[in-house]
Amino acid sequence: MTYKTLKVDVDSDGIALVTIDVPGKSMNVWDADLMQDFSNWVNAFLADENVKGAVITSGKPSGFLAGADLNMLGGGGVGAGASSSKKEQFDSAFYLNSIFRKLETGGKPVKALQKGEAFAKPVAAAVNGLALGGGLEIVLACHHRVVADNPKIQLGVPEVQVGLLPGAGGTQRLPRLAGLQNAAMMATQGKPIDPATAKAQGIVQEVVPADQVVAKAKEWVKANPKVAQPWDKKGFKFPGGGGAMDPRAVQFFIGANAMAQKETNHNYPAIQYILSCLYEGSIVPMDTAIRIESKYFLKLLSSAQTRNMIRTLFINKQAAEKGEQRPKDVPPSELKKVGVLGAGMMGAGIAYVTAKGGAEVVLLDRDLEYAQKGKGYSEKIVEKGVSRGKVSKEKGDELLARITPTTDYNDLKDVDLIIEAVFEDPDVKKDVIQKTEAVIGKDVIFASNTSTLPITGLAKNSERPDQFIGIHFFSPVDKMPLVEIIPGEKSGDKSLATALDYVRMIKKTPIVVKDTRGFYTNRVVPPYLNEAMRMVAEGVKPALIENAAKSLGMPVGPLALTDETSQELGLRIARATAKETGQDASGDPVYQLLVKFVEDLGRKGRKSGGGFYEYPEGGKKHLWQGLSEICPPAAEQPSLEEAKERLLYAQLIPAAQCYAEGIVHDPQSADLGAIFGWGFAPWTGGPMSHIDTIGVDSFVRKAESLAQKYGGRFNPPEKFRDMAKSGDKLYGKAA
Amino acid sequence: MTEAYIYDAVRTPRGKGKADGSLHEVTPVGLATQVLEAIRDRSEIDAGEIEDVAFGCVSPVGEQGAVVTRTAILNAGYPETTSGIQVNRFCASGLEAINIAAAKVKAGEADLTIGGGVESMSRVPMGSDGGAWPTDPTTAFKTYFVPQGISADLIATKYGLSRDDVDAYAVESQKRAAQSWKEKRFEKSIMPVKDVIGDVLLDHDETVRANTDMQSLGALNPSFAMLGEFPGFDAVALQKYAEFEKINHVHHAGNSSGIVDGAAAVLIGNEEIGKKLGIKPRARIRSMASIGSEPTIMLTGPEFAAAKALKRAGMDKKDIDLWELNEAFASVVLRFMQALDIDHSDINVNGGAIAMGHPLGATGAMIMGTMVDELERSGKETALITLCIGAGMGTATIIERVN
Repeated sequence: MTYKTLKVDVDSDGIALVTIDVPGKSMNVWDADLMQDFSNWVNAFLADENVKGAVITSGKPSGFLAGADLNMLGGGGVGAGASSSKKEQFDSAFYLNSIFRKLETGGKPVKALQKGEAFAKPVAAAVNGLALGGGLEIVLACHHRVVADNPKIQLGVPEVQVGLLPGAGGTQRLPRLAGLQNAAMMATQGKPIDPATAKAQGIVQEVVPADQVVAKAKEWVKANPKVAQPWDKKGFKFPGGGGAMDPRAVQFFIGANAMAQKETNHNYPAIQYILSCLYEGSIVPMDTAIRIESKYFLKLLSSAQTRNMIRTLFINKQAAEKGEQRPKDVPPSELKKVGVLGAGMMGAGIAYVTAKGGAEVVLLDRDLEYAQKGKGYSEKIVEKGVSRGKVSKEKGDELLARITPTTDYNDLKDVDLIIEAVFEDPDVKKDVIQKTEAVIGKDVIFASNTSTLPITGLAKNSERPDQFIGIHFFSPVDKMPLVEIIPGEKSGDKSLATALDYVRMIKKTPIVVKDTRGFYTNRVVPPYLNEAMRMVAEGVKPALIENAAKSLGMPVGPLALTDETSQELGLRIARATAKETGQDASGDPVYQLLVKFVEDLGRKGRKSGGGFYEYPEGGKKHLWQGLSEICPPAAEQPSLEEAKERLLYAQLIPAAQCYAEGIVHDPQSADLGAIFGWGFAPWTGGPMSHIDTIGVDSFVRKAESLAQKYGGRFNPPEKFRDMAKSGDKLYGKAA
Repeated sequence: MTEAYIYDAVRTPRGKGKADGSLHEVTPVGLATQVLEAIRDRSEIDAGEIEDVAFGCVSPVGEQGAVVTRTAILNAGYPETTSGIQVNRFCASGLEAINIAAAKVKAGEADLTIGGGVESMSRVPMGSDGGAWPTDPTTAFKTYFVPQGISADLIATKYGLSRDDVDAYAVESQKRAAQSWKEKRFEKSIMPVKDVIGDVLLDHDETVRANTDMQSLGALNPSFAMLGEFPGFDAVALQKYAEFEKINHVHHAGNSSGIVDGAAAVLIGNEEIGKKLGIKPRARIRSMASIGSEPTIMLTGPEFAAAKALKRAGMDKKDIDLWELNEAFASVVLRFMQALDIDHSDINVNGGAIAMGHPLGATGAMIMGTMVDELERSGKETALITLCIGAGMGTATIIERVN
């Protein structure tokens, strides 16, 4: 038999060495070819009496096997066909489970294995590198598992991170090897473990030098001609207790169910289903257990929500990071040295992420003390990392050595990129742009990190506007994953390409947005925060507002977020907007509330007198009691569902407007920007994905009814009304 | 429809539900046997007249398993013709067993029955029967399961009950229980428990602390704050009760019901059987009701069960002279009083489970007996007996004194 993805060599002892090597890929993944080949091989292996056992390894130096090809899953492979019957969908989802089960039982009846009347042919895994998801699951289905003794090797089941569950026996074999608790930790958090930990937990049996994995695996196969998995032997018990009647298991599930609800707010069914697989699967024998697992897997895979998550959090995120928006014909930029102008909070953060990305940084400020203080920010982060063992002392020192604080513009003469993060004042920026362009190379791109000033306007100060672009970071720079790239009117291809190359270097997620006030994220967040404040002014209980946002899947409530960004800034923006639009804000309840907080109460924000919350020293923050006097709770409170809807649409509508106006060019960017920019509920896959899931028509109708109830700001953009009429979707009909 | 009458009621004293409790050496079947023997013997009736026995039991596994009622019937020397059923409605099992026994009489299925219950919490610990509700992720997620203590604290949070409120209630419960014992108010029903050589093991409720005061309770730490934090039941409760920022944890061992061992039985029959056997009815069952309510706050069911029982009896709350609500947690009773505007002097007049304990399957039958005795002692006419129940339910029964 010939295989596309496998190499099979049978040695003189009759032991087959099966080497997985998926052609054209840097890393092995389960795709349709590998699944077909592996199934064929299992059948041939079990049928061939001359082959006594097998060792499975990988032909890739990059690792063993990295799981399922998510493009296959997200794009509508396994179980996706809406037209196929439930039975067909199940068979498709059960495919790997059935092959693995056949391999581990040797195709023998379980009763015969239990009685010792039959045995499986021994199969060992020789794991030379990372084994994740379906990559670890094939290892678990082997009777013996040998792993290279490299602590960097990741063994794990990360499916939960894209809204899935380990669907090839992972939820069943892990608890039978390592106990319910270890299995739950791995599967619900998705974090990998190293080989030593895996051995301690009983997940693998041998950890040996890398060049011995195959030999040791063969040795075991040779020594153990008649085998069965522990769970196919009589009297098998879960390590640490299992089943619905073991008090240890009962306590575990009661606790795990609460923790999972606390963490997920009922928004991530994958975590619940993983726990269900563990619970239900631990009561029944393996053959039933894997069927249950495949059914929960299919339930997830066929939900729009999971598809949205896979698409945004995995496929589109990777595409953006790999430079999908990058002009293709510009050669890759070499960014060895970056000049960062301004060593304030943003500049200091940018200096850190740039140095971390591997480039030299010239950190310039007017005052050397400030510049050094800016570098101090990196020193603090490195120090913390070293003390926590996250980074080695050497690596940390190297990183810090790459940052040079200075006040001298001449130090910028050999940089490959400039990122300007000075005070948000057009005159200050103008001065800096001119001084910098006087010394830097003629072809060096100048990027401005502004959040309020239009790039096209700033570029007028530049002699080379085609090399001028905006790169908008979020604060704190070292923590926030999104970067907005803003080409001005005259920005050329090279500026965009360089900006995207830079973002790739610092390992953040870029979206390209139009040059308008606030760009994308800052066009959406203020209306959302304002809506929450409007609710406060109306007498909606603040706890209900905050809990509704959390229930929606926002990482933090809008009132807490307002405290962070500060009431003071909110008031400043409100006044600036009023000035710009010429509207009188004095009658606006949000404006009134901000004035009251900032000017009457001195509650200007978290760092200045508190805000909607009190921040007791050393204690947990809590809602400010006085709020109920200023805005007495209304007798009639909205239901949780009503509050959630209002806060959701307060984000969906401005996001939709940004898309309709071309501020974000595509639904992908709108979704990525929302989730990674302001923490929009990741379970939705982003606002555009969510509108598709709701249905554009339903979205428009709901928005219109909210507009009737709460005001015109909820009216849907015309473009969406048109889409509703024509039946179009944001992601097209296939998505 | 045929009327159902209560002819007699007996109960064991309640022994501390731990290994050092006085009733720990007695098997649950033994406790159930002794109350069945007592109610037969003191009525001087032929047990063959008793057609069916329903006993509540909340952890019906191990030595409380396999229909503990039937085992006790046979063990008590009843004729083999008396059938038995074990009932589980969590904390209201004992009252539900009475309601089932009464319903059989009312429906004409039987002339003479027993309703009651048994729970040896020291021997078959709470939760021994497992159960899908909190454990199976599907049901735990769907119902936003939290333990009862969190629910009790949620009631306190939602209805503005302070730590002082619940502690003051507990102090009064202890005071009333001690006073009732002093005045021998339980004498008619109490049946001392004997050991295998026939010696008395316990003749009084073992957990009453007459000297409890605000200060001694104030020293106790809230019991459920830690569970609220980790694994995070507070967060689960607040996902449903989103108008609150946090849960005010006010309950502790001193203002919650005690864990105890005990059993109780109530003899129920129609009018004719009483005449035939020459026994006098003591109370008439006016109405019975069970309801379901919101399962996360869980313990607010009694107000709805009471309303339903009143409606079915064609009565108004003003028509009730005495109220008896099991003191699972102080907040449960305080909320009930608040909801129905009941004066503290009219409810749980002889103290309750905070002082004397809550033997889960038996409590409903025990407090029924307490009310029958108290109506006779005080000369009052009507009483409503109710209990809060796990997973959000309520059961209530209204009785009326006959003599």
